[in-house]
Amino acid sequence: MKKLKAALLIFISSVLLAACSAGHATPDVPVFQTGVDPEEWATVPSGAFQMGQFNEQVNISYNYQIMITEVTNRQYAAFLNQAMEDGSITITGDEISGYYQGDDFHAGRHEVEIIPGNYIYYLLDETDSRIVYDGYQFSVKTGYDDHPVTMVSWFGAQAYASYYEWRLPTEAEWEKAARGTDGRPYPWGNGIGPDYANYYNSSDPFEEGTGAIGNTTPAGFYNGKTYGGFDTQDCASPYGVYDMAGNVWEWTADIYTGTHLRYLRGGSKASYGYDLRAWTRNSAHPAFCGPDTGFRVVK
Amino acid sequence: MQAIYQRLNFIFCSTRGLVLLAIAMISAVTMIFGTLSANMAAFGIKDIAVDFFNMDLVEAEREGRIIIIYHSIAVAVVAIEVYLMTHILLMKKSLRFFINTLITAGYISAMVFGMIFAYFGHNYIFHGIYIFGLSLVFFSGVLLAAAVWPWSKEYRITNPDYSHTKGGLDIERTAFFVAVIATLGSALYGAVAGSLYGNGFQTFLAEDIVREVHRSSLQLAVIGHLHIMLTLIAIILTLIIGRWFDFKGILHKIAMPLMIAGTIIVTLGSWAVVPFEEIAHSIISPGSMPAAIAALLLVIFGWRKLIKENLSGQEAGKTGFWKSFSALLQDPLKFGSLWQMVFMNFVVTIPGIFAAIKLDEIFRMWPLREERILITGHWHALAGIIATIILLYYADMAGLKGKARHWFAWPLIIGSNLAFASVTIYSLKRLFVSQSAEQPLVDLTMLLADIGMFVVIAVLLVLLIWRAIDFFQKKGRWAKELAESSGEGGGCQ
Repeated sequence: MKKLKAALLIFISSVLLAACSAGHATPDVPVFQTGVDPEEWATVPSGAFQMGQFNEQVNISYNYQIMITEVTNRQYAAFLNQAMEDGSITITGDEISGYYQGDDFHAGRHEVEIIPGNYIYYLLDETDSRIVYDGYQFSVKTGYDDHPVTMVSWFGAQAYASYYEWRLPTEAEWEKAARGTDGRPYPWGNGIGPDYANYYNSSDPFEEGTGAIGNTTPAGFYNGKTYGGFDTQDCASPYGVYDMAGNVWEWTADIYTGTHLRYLRGGSKASYGYDLRAWTRNSAHPAFCGPDTGFRVVK
Repeated sequence: MQAIYQRLNFIFCSTRGLVLLAIAMISAVTMIFGTLSANMAAFGIKDIAVDFFNMDLVEAEREGRIIIIYHSIAVAVVAIEVYLMTHILLMKKSLRFFINTLITAGYISAMVFGMIFAYFGHNYIFHGIYIFGLSLVFFSGVLLAAAVWPWSKEYRITNPDYSHTKGGLDIERTAFFVAVIATLGSALYGAVAGSLYGNGFQTFLAEDIVREVHRSSLQLAVIGHLHIMLTLIAIILTLIIGRWFDFKGILHKIAMPLMIAGTIIVTLGSWAVVPFEEIAHSIISPGSMPAAIAALLLVIFGWRKLIKENLSGQEAGKTGFWKSFSALLQDPLKFGSLWQMVFMNFVVTIPGIFAAIKLDEIFRMWPLREERILITGHWHALAGIIATIILLYYADMAGLKGKARHWFAWPLIIGSNLAFASVTIYSLKRLFVSQSAEQPLVDLTMLLADIGMFVVIAVLLVLLIWRAIDFFQKKGRWAKELAESSGEGGGCQ
């Protein structure tokens, strides 16, 4: 009985100690060249497509271009440096913020008024912040240049898009770019496995040291290449757009009447596979900055 | 032939056999289809199960499949409660027979054909049988309402220990009746909405639309339906447990009217979600208080009774705390059934109220997927606690005594408490840890939840194996229970 009690004590102590550990520091990451250029854009032609879980026919009457990858840390750091130089952003504590013109307020249930003013764009000094500021300029932590930017709010995503005279995709634009016109649930078609996308417990090389919740993978990682023995499928959407399922949730542009919430698409490294289905919606306060939240833009 | 007949008679005609069958059916469905959960998918078990059973899973139909599995399990739980009600409440023998037969045919049809339809390709005849099964369950409920009609002269009571009116109306029986009527209405409330969705495929999980600004009447009806059905299952179970304890005296006289009031107000509040969504919560929240107080009074009565019985008649408080406490724990089946009601407040009620109060300030700052974890954890814990209370009750019916009683009950209580407490901490983790640093806490809470669930499943498995072995013995426990059932007015003859 004493042995049993001792074993129980050791077990409980060890799990409690495990829980009390500080979590992972920014892990060293393997560096792989994906061969996918984050500066490239894909053209999505005008026309109807099947939107949502129940395949409603929706028409987008214009062509548009969408980035073939999520905005990377390198791209976002470059934006911050330019914006800092021309005074568009300020740093207070660990928050980078800038101006947003505010939303129309309709006093909807649970709606929070977004008045004109300064709002957070990016959260520095978090474990998952990959961009650092040394007092003079912004740079990216080693190995994370081509990973999607995270810890960026909707305001920060919107500001990036506006700065270059681009914009965030609407939900419809995002979904069409992700699944094409044939109603497929994932960008590549049906079914999901660890070699298709970065999601919860998908065992990619970047998950080591971080646990099942994982780390971001470089933009365009799942393109049919093999990285250090890890095989990937070519998981571009029908229009050649990468990472539309998994890696990071992506902010979209739509602002709906009666709510301040902004909508996110695509699932993330921390999502179960079913949340990577192209119609799945997520939402958050526009000031939310998360380690699995990023964006891409359209023009 | 006689041996088979006798066994079928036990399974389909005795209360204990019917309850055992339903528990076994629920266990089988949970075991097979639990392998498809997201956690199991992460370990590759889902793929193995899909291949092994040759399942046909269409991505867009996940939500529909889940709704059918929820209904399959829920109607079996409702069937268990109906069996217990027909067992403990006085009623005409013919009605008891029809009620039990109909609901058995109904839930088995719904479960078997619903699951085949959902997971093995869409044969619409099977879907029709699934709906027909649900209809049989409903019709059985109509008969049950007639059977428990409390205004019949034959059911009037005069015993001053139990709550009744001056005219002899049995208030406890009335509470059962009101809960049955509320359940029937609430089932219709969901069925009408489900029917209006056409073939039922444009479906959704309530937790996914919780932040939608504009919800359709049908969506609101489904949200109201699922909340009130689970609540009514809990209310009826509380009444059944009250009978188990022979709840009586002054607390009974206070509790029963409160239970009736709570049932009516909560039900009307849930139905009001469609026409008066803005004020529905203002009806539901105060309405749940009388029912919660009634349950609390039952706990006080039950625990005092347990202490008194185990202290050979001495009153609690006159023997010292530890002696009373020790006496309270002597019968873990009975103690546990009430403790689970208390524990439910820590993992369901209190987190639920906290989330409601801090919704805009905290929870709506987070992504929807975080809020969804909280919501699903919340009602999984409630459903799980209901299941454990039923198992504790059944274990008593099955005659577990001595050490077996302790070895079944304590692991069940401790295992489930460990699992649900861990899941609650997991679902609220964002309050104390950022996503960047959450992995150790996630790992710990998931490990403890898995350990807790493993313990619960293990004792349930032992119980089922014991009953399965017993079932093949010539004069096993089943035969004794069948004889008892006949003596109690049950059975098919």
